[in-house]
Amino acid sequence: MDWLDQQQQYFETLQNFGPRLWDGFLLTVQLTLVGAILAFVIAVVLGLMAGSPSLWLRGPARVIIEFFRGTSLLVQLFWVYYVLPLFGLTLESSFTVGVIALGLNYGAYGAEAVRASLTSVSTGQWEATVALSMSWPHKIRRIIFPQAWALMIPSLANLLVHLLKGSAIVYIVGLNDFNFELDQLRRVTDAWFAYAFVGLIGYFLFALLLTRIMLLLEVRAKHKLGQGPTLREVLSPTPKMPIVAAHPGSAPSVPGGKASGGQG
Amino acid sequence: MMTLTPLATAQPSGESTGNIWDWDFALEIFPEILTAFIQVTLLVTVVGTAIAAVIGLVIAILIRVLPSPLAFIVRWAANFIRMTPIVVQLLVLYYGFTWMDPLLIGFIVFGVHYATYMSEVYRAGIDSVPKGQWEATKALSMSAGRTWRRVVIPQALRSTIPSLGNYAISMFKDTPFLFVISVAEMVSVAQDLGAQTFRYTEAITIAGLIFLAASYPTALLINRLEKRLAYAN
Amino acid sequence: MPTPIDPEAPVIEFVDVEKRFGSNTVLKDLNFSVRRGERVTLIGPSGSGKTTILRLVMTLEELTGGYIFVDGEPLTHREKDGKRIAVSAKEQKHLRTRIGMVFQQFNLFPNMTVLENIIEAPIHVLGQSKAEATAKAHSLLEQVGLPDKADQHPMSLSGGQQQRVAIARALAMDPEILLLDEVTSALDPEVVGDVLNILRQVADTTNVTMLIVTHEMSFARDVSHKVMMFDGGRVVEEGSPEKIFSDPSHARTKQFLSAVLRDA
Repeated sequence: MDWLDQQQQYFETLQNFGPRLWDGFLLTVQLTLVGAILAFVIAVVLGLMAGSPSLWLRGPARVIIEFFRGTSLLVQLFWVYYVLPLFGLTLESSFTVGVIALGLNYGAYGAEAVRASLTSVSTGQWEATVALSMSWPHKIRRIIFPQAWALMIPSLANLLVHLLKGSAIVYIVGLNDFNFELDQLRRVTDAWFAYAFVGLIGYFLFALLLTRIMLLLEVRAKHKLGQGPTLREVLSPTPKMPIVAAHPGSAPSVPGGKASGGQG
Repeated sequence: MMTLTPLATAQPSGESTGNIWDWDFALEIFPEILTAFIQVTLLVTVVGTAIAAVIGLVIAILIRVLPSPLAFIVRWAANFIRMTPIVVQLLVLYYGFTWMDPLLIGFIVFGVHYATYMSEVYRAGIDSVPKGQWEATKALSMSAGRTWRRVVIPQALRSTIPSLGNYAISMFKDTPFLFVISVAEMVSVAQDLGAQTFRYTEAITIAGLIFLAASYPTALLINRLEKRLAYAN
Repeated sequence: MPTPIDPEAPVIEFVDVEKRFGSNTVLKDLNFSVRRGERVTLIGPSGSGKTTILRLVMTLEELTGGYIFVDGEPLTHREKDGKRIAVSAKEQKHLRTRIGMVFQQFNLFPNMTVLENIIEAPIHVLGQSKAEATAKAHSLLEQVGLPDKADQHPMSLSGGQQQRVAIARALAMDPEILLLDEVTSALDPEVVGDVLNILRQVADTTNVTMLIVTHEMSFARDVSHKVMMFDGGRVVEEGSPEKIFSDPSHARTKQFLSAVLRDA
């Protein structure tokens, strides 16, 4: 009875804490999304450079990628926080510090995903662009990248969850994010209720949401290539094609195949 | 939980920052940072990877062998751990079991968290063993234990070693998260040295370079190993 | 075009061509030429180098030795002061836009409609206006018998239809040289005839130089001026289709043809 009473008490505390916790959660959401956008931009730029035939682009890109993949997120966070100001670049907000560190770190990993997806586009497509004498920027923009996009989404979805997990460290530069508020909650309840129950479940639900959104993006991207069902078919209450999880927890894949009915 | 003191307020007013990089200072602090690297970062990586390798296999086998409802639970428990932050998991155990040594907490959290990744790798490896192999063991009336031990696992493991290596490197780069539970791993030692002297550049850069020097060549080696194993097939 | 084309000069000329893949030499000391408007079929066992010849002309493979001239100009390398140096990308592009290729695997762009597939290169590479390119595309679609498929996605078409679109796409560039790489080998036997008829039409109504790799002997007989038998990277025998198919001189040719025609 003791434990149950305690839990009941915690829930009441949670209600009082609600607004603060929610603000912290929103901050984590913003941190993740803005960081992800920056990471994506960096990933595409570096990934295209790394996949370019020109050594002048490939070389520097490779160096930058390996540098940010090889050093650790926390090192990069500290670097942006402590060392960058010495070069005259003082960032006013710790949110920006966090976004930059997350963007650089996961952007470098993303670059590998982008580059790999470019080479995964079937050789025949590349050769057709040669046969039609398309320039490099043209073929990448109009033919190769649109096809690579569908291929890179699963990897990017995976990285997005990693980014969310990594965001949990950013509070140390003074950001009152979800993790920070969880600590505050812990002080008036206990570690199990605050961190394990509220915290882990909160992060988990958000991660599931992100994964689901990325899956829908993938369905849409594949449909645009004429593979697979439309978004509407997938989202409808009685989908014609069941969505099968390729393996547990990962972005489920839709059984591919020719577009039924051949939609133009 | 610690928040860092921003450099601006930590500096006494009026002091000039001087030069950005001081070689003497760098050389002075290097041994201390390297020691933390060897004593903590490497230790956690090695132990954590070992735990992950074993528990990951257990999880994979359980999912495969248990009846559907139980397998479902195990699968989603693994997902839950895999998709939630290591930082929070560390904090759960740190404040939940105050008697536990933070380093031990580190071993457990990293071990179990990465076990969930490894179970995926094992699962793919097990799935890649051709159905014919299973059928042959059935035809030979081999017991389940023997089937797993002598036929399936040896074949499944082939592709798992490079993945294990890659995750070890990943874990290695995640060890700084131990910072939040007061474990004196390399980056926290570096930050500490920086805070004492207000010279952060050398300390953090050294920590970063050590990470790079350790992870990049290892990654190349594993890449090479992966290609070797692929050709052998 | 800067240089006027000499109607007497060979359109394609191979001079001491050598192609090595690592330690494997596929073509060596290869010398032959193709005149304007000529239709040449290359036959021979797989690995004999005939597809490689097509791919070299389309610059899909690097030329490891010798020279290839198109319209009298060097395609990949030139000789200067006794040294073999590569031509610039710009020079090559200038020549390459005159060369078109149809692939065994069609290689249509899945992220575009049939019409978009055909007009993409004429607009962006040749600088045609959208109206001009679209009008031409529609007329080509008529010619290949698919006038109502313009807004469909390639994935919804059958193999034979996709290949016909591929032919239209290649023709939209108004090539001087058309390379056909086993264009019917991936098709159901029933539709092979349709595709070949279109190619016969193209041969009859235009002056396009064609280099054909095919197993379809009757097509080769109908369309070709010259047939070249390849084995081990060398020309074993060459002559008119009547000569080669009915009365081959070389033992290897006889052996190859008897094996191939036995199944016909």
